[in-house]
Amino acid sequence: MPGRQLIMNFPVTATSHTLADYLARGGYQALKKALAMAPQDITKEVTASGLLGHGGAAFPVGRKWSVVKLNDNQPHFLCANADEGEPGTFKDRWILEHAPHLLLESMLITSHALQVRNAFVYIRGEFDLPYRRLAAAVEEAYEAGYFGERILGTDFACDIVVVRGAGSYVCGEASGLLSSVEGKRGYPRNRPPRLTVKGLFQRPTVVNNVETLANVAGIITMGAEAFKQVGVAKSPGTQLVSISGHINRPGVYEVEYGYPLKKFLFDDCGGILGGGKLKCIIPGGISTKVLTAEEIEPLTYDKASLEAAGSQLGSGGMIAIAEGTCMVRLLQVMLRFYHHESCGQCTPCREGMGWMHRIIDRIVGGKGVPEDIERLYTISKLNDGTTICGMGDAAGYATVGILNKYRDEFEYFIEHKRSKLSGNLEAPVHA
Amino acid sequence: MKHLIPEFEKWKKRFPPGFDSAMVMLCVRRIQDDRGFVADSDIDGLAGYLGVPRMQIEEVLSYYTQFRRRPIGRWHVQACRNVTCSMRSAEKLIDHLARKIGVAPGNTTPDGRFTLSTVECLGSCGTAPVVMINDTYHENMSIEKLDELLEGLK
Repeated sequence: MPGRQLIMNFPVTATSHTLADYLARGGYQALKKALAMAPQDITKEVTASGLLGHGGAAFPVGRKWSVVKLNDNQPHFLCANADEGEPGTFKDRWILEHAPHLLLESMLITSHALQVRNAFVYIRGEFDLPYRRLAAAVEEAYEAGYFGERILGTDFACDIVVVRGAGSYVCGEASGLLSSVEGKRGYPRNRPPRLTVKGLFQRPTVVNNVETLANVAGIITMGAEAFKQVGVAKSPGTQLVSISGHINRPGVYEVEYGYPLKKFLFDDCGGILGGGKLKCIIPGGISTKVLTAEEIEPLTYDKASLEAAGSQLGSGGMIAIAEGTCMVRLLQVMLRFYHHESCGQCTPCREGMGWMHRIIDRIVGGKGVPEDIERLYTISKLNDGTTICGMGDAAGYATVGILNKYRDEFEYFIEHKRSKLSGNLEAPVHA
Repeated sequence: MKHLIPEFEKWKKRFPPGFDSAMVMLCVRRIQDDRGFVADSDIDGLAGYLGVPRMQIEEVLSYYTQFRRRPIGRWHVQACRNVTCSMRSAEKLIDHLARKIGVAPGNTTPDGRFTLSTVECLGSCGTAPVVMINDTYHENMSIEKLDELLEGLK
């Protein structure tokens, strides 16, 4: 594994997800420690750890939590975002399937810190095994007295419900997710007010990604100082990276921040499928900008390094793309996805995604015109910052990222009515 | 849906009191799992039970792709066609499925055996391509494996 491990630090067996095994690994000791702490001290510790959100935006967790005012005579809510839907991302699934109690323990600690009586996990509707594992863990935890009234003999009480989504990408956005938990269409909401001020049912609500929350128990156990020793100064800790595409060993890897990116791809993940060469990577879900093989050469895997190269850590969903892959066809698949998933609430996204999708279909169909490239740029720009959630922006970033670096492939496709390459998305086979 | 109310009552204990509409998503799914789809009478029943407007439940049903208002085939074959699956031959797999099952994506066979759909990312990219049949993921799919699988689904 690339670097030290904080989450995937136990062997996966047929029973490693159960309460008995989790307790044998020292599980629920952090909760005991946390319940002896004052709520604000837990938030202080998490703030001091420098933990950043792992869902895509890398927002400092302590800063988000600090907005929630304690003892303000209204209910607070906590919601774990398990609506993992960013294409290329399947890392939270690992936690849900193999370490559900780590998530639950961390949510209990967070609930104590934020005075939350009712917590939710919002899990995407398609996840069947992860849901069953998590639901079974919830029942085990209730049975053992970790949820309900008077937890571990203290005055702390907390209930949890696992809400299942039903197939909406936009519900992975925190406010869209809360709309869905409220039993409505998953429409994102305008900010301000922030969700930590008026979130679920207009009450202060913290929404954190599953992996983000899963780090909380460890931070309480080892302390902020020890946590900061892992990773690099501006990105403490680790990231579960789910890697897929034209790579020999796809899967979920826990990568310590600061690990060399090229070493990860070629040593840990075994290099490119079929002995091919790397063309580019999508570093963290398809909404992050592509990085070419030359660009990743000097990079380390952390926030500052990827941002300096013009991309982002994103959701940790990395896709490796081999030389010979047609980027026009790749963008077509991506724009079809965005068009399909636009919730339709904001005009620039609802219409813009459709326009972009139709333009790229036209190009691939051999009916593209030279102005189409500029049109894609224009629509991307029109979407930027003009929609309630970040989906319109993200589709634009992804499009511009590919157009900037592979414009020649688009020009060729429009002029010759066929791909400059094989026109395939599968990895080319090398002799 | 009335026979499901005792089950809903049990769930209610873990929800924050006074915020019953948070149960909509779970109740709708349970009703659909029970009947295979959500009928008009279910909407009326659930709206009455949770005290939410009928329109809110209609909205939820039309918004989320997994909810349906009419029955589908016994086996719902959903093939992912997003980025990684496409990079791992999903397009060929989907063409094959459509030929084999005999209907284009979005349709049900006349005998009610299969419904074929294409879907966007199922979060199974490391084991692409993936085909979901009813609730189960079938990963690292190939045409041969799929043919064998479909044979067993009557």
